[in-house]
Amino acid sequence: MSTEHKNLTQTRLLKIRVPWMGYNLNHRRGSSVPQFCNSPTVIVMVGLPARGKTYISKKLTRYLNWIGVPTKVFNVGQYRREAVKTYKNFEFFKPDNEEAMRIRKACASAALKDVAAYFTKEHGHVAVFDATNTTRERRAVINSFAKEKGYKVFFVESICDDPDIITENIKQVKFGSPDYIDRDIEEAMTDFIQRIECYKASYTSIDDERDRKLSYIKIFDVGSRFLVNRVQDHIQSRIVYYLMNIHVTPRTIYLSRHGESELNLLGRIGGDSGLSPRGLKFADALAKFIRGQNIKDLKVWTSHMKRTIQTAEALGVQYEQWKALNEIDAGVCEELTYEEIQENFPDEFAMRDQEKYRYRYPKGESYEDLVHRLEPVIMELERQENVLVICHQAIMRCLLSYFLDKPADELPYVRCPLHTVLKLTPVAYGCKVESFFLNIEAVNTHRERPGNVSISRKTEEALLTVPDHN
Amino acid sequence: MRGSCHPNNPRDRTVCMTNCPTLIVTVGLPARGKTYISKKLTRYLNWIGVPTKEFNVGDYRRECLKIYKSFEFFRPDNEEGVKIRRQCAMSALNDVRQYLSVEGGQVAVFDATNTTRDRRGTIMKFAEQNGFKVFFVESVCEDPEVIAQNIVQVKLGNPDYMNCSSEEAIEDFMERVKCYETSYQPLDEDLDSDMSYIKIMDVGRRYLVNRVVDHIQSRIVYYLMNIHITPRSIYLCRHGESDLNIKGRIGGDSGLSSRGKEFAKHLRSYLEEQKIKDLKIWTSQMKRTIQTAECLGIPYEQWKSLNEIDAGVCEEMMYEEIQQHFPLEFALRDQDKYRYRYPKGESYEDLVQRLEPVIMELERQENVLVICHQAVMRCLLAYFLDKTSHELPYLKCPLHTVLKLTPVAYGCKVESVYLGVESVNTHRDRPENVNVQRSTEDALQTVPAHL
Repeated sequence: MSTEHKNLTQTRLLKIRVPWMGYNLNHRRGSSVPQFCNSPTVIVMVGLPARGKTYISKKLTRYLNWIGVPTKVFNVGQYRREAVKTYKNFEFFKPDNEEAMRIRKACASAALKDVAAYFTKEHGHVAVFDATNTTRERRAVINSFAKEKGYKVFFVESICDDPDIITENIKQVKFGSPDYIDRDIEEAMTDFIQRIECYKASYTSIDDERDRKLSYIKIFDVGSRFLVNRVQDHIQSRIVYYLMNIHVTPRTIYLSRHGESELNLLGRIGGDSGLSPRGLKFADALAKFIRGQNIKDLKVWTSHMKRTIQTAEALGVQYEQWKALNEIDAGVCEELTYEEIQENFPDEFAMRDQEKYRYRYPKGESYEDLVHRLEPVIMELERQENVLVICHQAIMRCLLSYFLDKPADELPYVRCPLHTVLKLTPVAYGCKVESFFLNIEAVNTHRERPGNVSISRKTEEALLTVPDHN
Repeated sequence: MRGSCHPNNPRDRTVCMTNCPTLIVTVGLPARGKTYISKKLTRYLNWIGVPTKEFNVGDYRRECLKIYKSFEFFRPDNEEGVKIRRQCAMSALNDVRQYLSVEGGQVAVFDATNTTRDRRGTIMKFAEQNGFKVFFVESVCEDPEVIAQNIVQVKLGNPDYMNCSSEEAIEDFMERVKCYETSYQPLDEDLDSDMSYIKIMDVGRRYLVNRVVDHIQSRIVYYLMNIHITPRSIYLCRHGESDLNIKGRIGGDSGLSSRGKEFAKHLRSYLEEQKIKDLKIWTSQMKRTIQTAECLGIPYEQWKSLNEIDAGVCEEMMYEEIQQHFPLEFALRDQDKYRYRYPKGESYEDLVQRLEPVIMELERQENVLVICHQAVMRCLLAYFLDKTSHELPYLKCPLHTVLKLTPVAYGCKVESVYLGVESVNTHRDRPENVNVQRSTEDALQTVPAHL
């Protein structure tokens, strides 16, 4: 081992220090936190139809991708729809329908094959295998498949016998399914219930005795009770924590930025200025809007920065401050205009345009860092019911991307204009968004990615997309 | 603490964890790890800023009884014994009420066997009368090896068995356990389906979690699901001496001095001697910790969360300069070093919040070496050694010294290993005069020597 100390260089984009030869550093994605996934993980859903498996699959996938763990859902029902084209009725699912059984088995195999391809060719880390997987036999097949390839397996079983919940599920997501597109509601309901019956006879829940060597979580009655067995690693622990915090109680999340600030008017980024006169007007308008919404038990959260607190003060209700909601730290660029950044740090400015998600300001943060520090906020938002979050442009982009499943390359360019409240309501497998501009003019602070992101670009090209300011 | 609703208190940071106080109630036969869990959970909750206290009914019994004779005391037909034990439980509950309702505590951990439904019913009534939420933590374990190990680790050193030989103690203790076994009614999925609880089975292999109702219970469950008792060691040290250290400047992102580089080599030798199985190494994203790790020849991971405290406007200043430019800030910091936040920077309190995921992952891991910074190391050490927020910012974490922490019994054994390479001292004690009007000499009295 050489006794010479290797010089460290700092990567220009992420500001990560690597030795010149760079081999002692574990390769990982994400600059804020170490990588925790060693072997790929297959999450296997288990449960009768209409138990929330697809809901959980999609939500979990969205969460894992947002925190930087490449995850993909493989819904076997979709493979079946591909193979069979037209769904006639529940008879397809009868256990004695040999032809159908063959097709369904083939679909499961095709999906597993795609899982393997996702891991090896697409560098995925987690695959969510979304199907009923209600027999021990089917689960054993998946387990062998995973073992053979060196994947970890974690089962997520959803058990629920509450007829109200099941009916609500069916209404929310089955009626819109391609399977029932040309049916009327009663027909669809009757058929679907028959479908569930087809599975019931052969359904064997994960057995706490016989399956005690497996890693799994059983979710009872939409989260009222959980059984967790043999959590193997960090990612499984995070998944369990997440699943234990989400709920399906209807509620609304409101996202808004602070009112227009003095620095906003001057086209300066960051800092900790107070509201401009129009910003103060917005705060009053926000109060009025919120009162008009008649929200039950609304929680209000702000950052620790003056402009969000001033905005919240106008609401006349209690609010909580989170340091984690503070705007992105622009380091050496704090309080500069884009023109000044171009003048003083043209290379940094260009690199930021090249990869805005990962780019870290010198002595500052990146969007990727933001996601890491917002994770506890998201977790708590999942636990809560009605919440209004008054935050900042970059923060709001991160939060919105979580709710609307925006990938990392879109996140930094999501539009979050001042004086506009976004109302998010969970519905079916996603989120309904309503945008309310509260009719108080404000500067535009959104800077699009310019055409030329090369370090050698001219000043005019760099400043092409800078919004107007004083 | 409820988060601030008024701008007068801009420094209050936390989200309100719970509205009403929470009573955590342990359940389980003797030697199932209840006290281990109680103490560890209490330590964790206090560290993250939730005032928590444990109430061990066995301690109350020892107070009352003074001398422990034998397991006969615990026989279910020993009326006198039963009476005394019930009184002790009531006495403890009274103190719980005092702590939660009067002294501003937020969580109380009621550590006793609580093995009968009847006893648990009494506690729940008590909680309801006082407006406390109840969360049960039951530990179920039938593995004889684990139980034997428990007994050896914590019972033999217990005041009850001070004057017995090991064999006598073990024999008596096993009889004691039997006294409880016949009347033990574990939490039942059906009968107790309305209660909030976690049942820990076989030291964490399996968990049953029922009706988690709020944030603090969710955090408690997450924590309990991440801790383990596999023997391992955690090594904490700072980066080698840096160029800014030598100049007496705080913060910044400088490289190692030549003595710092020397330390890194010594660290490598030390680790080789220790022969640690599967050692993980973590550093911050600052040059000085990475340079230190580079010499070790082992793959390491970088955590931004391990970066040194951000001193904001005071970054890279000497204490003399801080006193010169920001004498008010300097005094405020000395008045409340834990909560004080540098302008445009951080406080120790902020550090704890950003280090919580590091602690959680440290709990999950086995052998780890964390190469970090003075303030960060103080926070981590305070977690492991249960130091209060007053003590935390003044913990001594000198350069070139490795702290080896090994969990033992209910706490942590610490071995301090100075690796024999000279360095500056960077520890500044709290000066006597913390008044904002103090003189410069008073302010700079405890500044360590530097170039």
